Amino acid sequence: MKLFLILLSGVLFGAGLIISGMTDPSRVIGFLDVFGNWDPALAFVMGGAVLVFACGLMLLRKTGTRICATPLPDTSPDPVSKRMVIGSAIFGIGWGLGGFCPGPALANLSTLRIEALLFVPLMLIGMFIAQRTFDLDR
Amino acid sequence: MNFIEPLIGGALIGLGSLLAMAASGKIPGISGIVARIIRPKAGDVGWRITFLVGLIIGAGLAAFLNLGWQGYALPAGRGLAVFAVAGLLVGFGTRMGGGCTSGHGVCGMGSGARDALVYTLVFMAAGVATVLVWNLISPGGVAA
Repeated sequence: MKLFLILLSGVLFGAGLIISGMTDPSRVIGFLDVFGNWDPALAFVMGGAVLVFACGLMLLRKTGTRICATPLPDTSPDPVSKRMVIGSAIFGIGWGLGGFCPGPALANLSTLRIEALLFVPLMLIGMFIAQRTFDLDR
Repeated sequence: MNFIEPLIGGALIGLGSLLAMAASGKIPGISGIVARIIRPKAGDVGWRITFLVGLIIGAGLAAFLNLGWQGYALPAGRGLAVFAVAGLLVGFGTRMGGGCTSGHGVCGMGSGARDALVYTLVFMAAGVATVLVWNLISPGGVAA
């Protein structure tokens, strides 16, 4: 049951990426092109996602609902770290270069886009290097 | 511009993230899901692979059924080498930064975490700056 629900959440997420247009790198670049021909679509995607997530999370917390008896994770914020600010900036540069963040790149594997087939393995290598450099995810 | 499809797509992304979080008990950012498959912990891998399989199936299904946005175009001047470098930077940066558009952006901001808001603003600002510089270096979007 748990794995079925997680498969379903993945399907919803992947379909949402395609429907929203965020798997189209030119649309993402269009959003980041604030000083040029700006395309606000990504703001609506992010807004819709954050709104649904926030309202749903509040509802789950208020009613104490548990799915598959699993407790919700701790989402309390940590202090902002310098390492993570620099990392996020590096991510942003890569995002602005290709118009892919991890989700859309993976979603584009389903359509066998050559850019995604190249991007994803290199993303994995980048993650591996960061994990070894900063001893992460242990 | 049509903002209905982005809103509906976004709502599905938020719903999928929430359901994955409630069922797994973990914060389901895409970069974190992938990263902890690369460096696995016993008993914490199956749901991650299941989610990613679902994501690829859902995307393939929506594309096959022609749902929502149909466009796909490479931004001006970006050859395969650019995507290779971008992949490395996105992989390295999301791990060093502890999350991506979904982990910090959707789940983090959606749970009201102040640090996630800061990281989201940082990667958005860096993305905006990168596109700006790219466009300045290659005027008119012509390949540099």
